[in-house]
Amino acid sequence: MSRRPFVRKTLFYVLASVIAFFNLVPFFWMVSSSLKERGALLVLPVEWIPNPVSLDAYRRLFSLFPFGRAIFNSIFVACGTTAIVVISASMAAYVFAKISFRGREVLFTLFLSTMMIPGQVTMIPNFLVLRSLGLLNSFLGVLAPSIFNAFAVFLLRQNMRTIPDAFSEAAIIDGASYATIFLKIIAPLSKPVLAALTVITFMGAWNDYLWPLIVLTDRTKMTLPVGLSLLNTQYGNQYNLLMAGGLISMLPILVLYFLAQKQFQHGLSIGGIKG
Amino acid sequence: MSKRLTVFLFLLPSLCGLVIFSIIPIGTSLYLSLTEWDVIGGPPRFHGLKNFWDIFANEEFLRVLSNTLYFIVLYIPLILAAALGVAILLNNKYPGVGLYRTIYYVPVLTSWVAAALLWKWLLNPKYGAVNALLGMVGITGPSWLHSKSWAMPGIVLASVWKDVGYFALIILAGLQGIDTTYYEAAEIDGANWFQKLVKITVPLVTPSLFFVAIISVINSFQLFPQVMVMTEGGPGGATQVFVERIYNYAFRYYKMGYAASYSWILFVFIFAATLIQLKLQKRWVHYES
Repeated sequence: MSRRPFVRKTLFYVLASVIAFFNLVPFFWMVSSSLKERGALLVLPVEWIPNPVSLDAYRRLFSLFPFGRAIFNSIFVACGTTAIVVISASMAAYVFAKISFRGREVLFTLFLSTMMIPGQVTMIPNFLVLRSLGLLNSFLGVLAPSIFNAFAVFLLRQNMRTIPDAFSEAAIIDGASYATIFLKIIAPLSKPVLAALTVITFMGAWNDYLWPLIVLTDRTKMTLPVGLSLLNTQYGNQYNLLMAGGLISMLPILVLYFLAQKQFQHGLSIGGIKG
Repeated sequence: MSKRLTVFLFLLPSLCGLVIFSIIPIGTSLYLSLTEWDVIGGPPRFHGLKNFWDIFANEEFLRVLSNTLYFIVLYIPLILAAALGVAILLNNKYPGVGLYRTIYYVPVLTSWVAAALLWKWLLNPKYGAVNALLGMVGITGPSWLHSKSWAMPGIVLASVWKDVGYFALIILAGLQGIDTTYYEAAEIDGANWFQKLVKITVPLVTPSLFFVAIISVINSFQLFPQVMVMTEGGPGGATQVFVERIYNYAFRYYKMGYAASYSWILFVFIFAATLIQLKLQKRWVHYES
């Protein structure tokens, strides 16, 4: 490409490493702070490497707050949300993509138009509904709204439309029902997009803050982000504690990311391609 | 199973959700925005557009709007430039580029609450890493979140750090879609890398940049966890923004009607900002025919 490939190459590695440095320094700081004793946080000049290394913050985290419980709650809510979104959206997407019926386009447009309304508009009435049903501080309450996810329906429908009709037509001739076609042909052929949707939905639910903050106010029901923000208001200056909590909350997603990097990157760039 | 029954059953979960968690709430919210209601003391009292007049008459609204616009003015150019730069860098084929891409993506994966806690500590004026690093190069850092003028730039800094990997990946997908014959033709004509960047890469990646601009402006209007965790709207209201106000009015002060009105004002701003960008796109977005 260039007449000076060596200069170009060097420039690439220098720039890429500088950016990586700024990406990672905060995490290094997070790990380092979480391993400090409280007094060592307030030492000048700033200590980059904790001395002595102390696991005190991690121990206190679990004694001050039902943190193990919060981890469980987060896992439960994230898995539940993901299952509901993927099942409900793929069923609707199949119908919109492959079965023609009267009013289909109108209904689909209605689905899409709800995406214009920001979640903050519907969150107050949704809270009131849960409250009147006695579903505040219940996981059912947190999970229920994910049964309708217009973006997921849209994403899956766009993908399912590209599956040739010849497959399902052959199956119909063989006497297969729509349910069989959905489960045996459409769903398997949509695997890549379903995988991408699964990881981004899981990540979104794992990291979600506003909705669980409103619904789950009981200390034993809180998810990790909500619990962390409560710790922040109660122990706002104990940064070793907060950093330890933050790190623990990140670990599961990071592990998942390293296991399923392709799906993550596909899932998160999908909006860009399809949008 | 008949076709009609299939359609009905397959759509049933989504339809129930659409009605219960979208259509009815939108109607309810519109009605609530015309009422005064504190949840505990009896049913909502209708009082027309009073909430809206009250909001517009309160100087707080102007502050919320200008804080949001201030965030947008700082954040959007920074995130577009940074994401484009990172994407161009990642569009190289050198060994190790995959590792860099993985690293740049890590902040995207963290929850905003954890990231905001981290940045609150990083930006600590006396004991934080940012001012310690600035001190190493001889700069006395500002007091960031404790200062009225530096709190919002602090939140912008955290947001750029968190979001750049996400938007870079979207732009990268656009870059990878550019036909390489353009570059080959330009090289035959003797174009240097800068000419290729300005004349080929940037114009052809404008659809992705446009998408990123739309999404990031919408996200900017919905700024929330970073503000809640890092500043709670402070100091002195310098970081009060729409969603933070809506949350506080609804769930701390129990002014449901007022909060609902605020949420509709937010909707109008998001909608208008998106429309304006759709109109302006003809001037700068280049679609290949």
